[in-house]
Amino acid sequence: MENLAQTVMDKLKTWARVNSPWAIHFNSGSCNGCDIEILATLTPRYDVERFGIKLQGSPRHADVLICTGPVTLQARDRLLRIYEQMPEPKFVVAVGSCGISGGVFQGCYNVVGDISEVIPVNVYIPGCPPRPEAIIHGIVELLKSLQK
Amino acid sequence: MEAKQKSEKFIVPIGPQHPALKEPGHFEFTVDGEIVTNATARLGFVHRGMEKGVEDRNWTQGLYLMERVCGICSHVHAMAYALGVEKLANIQAPPRAQAIRELVAELERIHSHLLWLGVAAHEGGFDTLFMFSWRDRETVMDLLETITGNRVNYSANVLGGVKIDINDAQKDALRRGMDFLEERTKHYLKVVTEDETFLGRTRKIGVMTFEEATLLGAIGPTGRASGVQRDVRVDSPYAGYPDFPVNIVTSDAGDLEARFVVRIKELYESYRLVREIVDHLPGGDLTVKVPRRIPEGEVISRVEAPRGELFYFMKSNGTDKPERIKVRTPSLCNWGSVLTTAIGHKLADMPMILAGIDPCFSCNDRLVMINGKKTETQVWDWEDLRQYGIEYYK
Repeated sequence: MENLAQTVMDKLKTWARVNSPWAIHFNSGSCNGCDIEILATLTPRYDVERFGIKLQGSPRHADVLICTGPVTLQARDRLLRIYEQMPEPKFVVAVGSCGISGGVFQGCYNVVGDISEVIPVNVYIPGCPPRPEAIIHGIVELLKSLQK
Repeated sequence: MEAKQKSEKFIVPIGPQHPALKEPGHFEFTVDGEIVTNATARLGFVHRGMEKGVEDRNWTQGLYLMERVCGICSHVHAMAYALGVEKLANIQAPPRAQAIRELVAELERIHSHLLWLGVAAHEGGFDTLFMFSWRDRETVMDLLETITGNRVNYSANVLGGVKIDINDAQKDALRRGMDFLEERTKHYLKVVTEDETFLGRTRKIGVMTFEEATLLGAIGPTGRASGVQRDVRVDSPYAGYPDFPVNIVTSDAGDLEARFVVRIKELYESYRLVREIVDHLPGGDLTVKVPRRIPEGEVISRVEAPRGELFYFMKSNGTDKPERIKVRTPSLCNWGSVLTTAIGHKLADMPMILAGIDPCFSCNDRLVMINGKKTETQVWDWEDLRQYGIEYYK
């Protein structure tokens, strides 16, 4: 009986999570290109709110961390702190080539590297910058993987 | 430190990270009640070491690195770099390439100003205007994609010219896009100059006189809104600007409203220029050959970015790699003006005043209110401050 209640509860939680993920966006050294494209996904043409996705101000309320850019020395601690402040379960989406490999900024002295060197990443979205459609696709893929 | 000396005052730090928009920066406002009495900024959270990094790359690779100084005004960075290298190598890009450079630069200005209009309106609590201007901005993003193949970081420049050409179908698309945007811009101009609630947040707020603007070295639309007649496109025309000159737009009011009006009127200038270039695009080649090794020398390359004068100093030692490149971006020049005009204003006006210079700014997240004596802290985020501003003016 207890097991059944647990299963139902888990299903309910997944249902809620998939239908209304709250995201937080952090720029750890990006050139703004990915950031304006992420912002564009919120505006009328792309409108991610129709999937229940909401960009949230505080990491404590967020399920998904959308990261852009390579990680700079100064932003490294901030990124870790934001990640640690997020409640479990948490998911990380790395947007743009820099977040995947350091991109064009590889070898610059103040760059630590890509995002996966600092925090675990669930979904990578390639592009410099990725189109808003690609960003939406990436997040939808993440949500699909949660349903399993 | 300051809070301890003047225990009745608060220091309000804002930043450095914000989930909604762009780059991180950190500001501290000292407030006496509601009035801001001092302001400081700390920058450098996205410092990546690009000026040093470009020294390890050859001249061509450097172009693509410098294009990514800023994703919003990527074309002007690449253009300033390419013009500088061409000057060092003592060659000149063909007229058609120069005209296409100007065309893309003006399209970029349109996208940047529309983006700013939306962000500034959002900071003031006018989210409808934010959504409208970003919806219309998609028109120009589509045009940029049509002609260059990418929405951001267009890579239109190569050393010695451009890599894209404009065909007749693209010309028609550009004309149609400009017609649509001009119609919409008329509406925006009406909103920012006639809407009662909007004027309550912008008229006579953040006033910077001509003397202050000159003293603080305000540049770009921020300076022009205070009557500073300075625009690199007019003062020392580059690329296609000698053939397709631009009219300078200024205002003497110096307040936030003037900064809105100047930028919106610059949009009309850009529409006119785009049409003119499309109608009279010179023929000929797109590129000339540039040697791998750039002759020894030093050069200064200046262009007008959407936010103001962008300055490149470049030094070559005769090899295939630059010896030194120094970049000064326009946002940096305008910080002084913000920190000065902020003093004497209400805390509730800060979001609009900060957004007023169109900084690459909006990553300013947490806000901690510290009472120096009692060590009480109260954490706000930028959203709270914005909301506070909106509530205050209700």
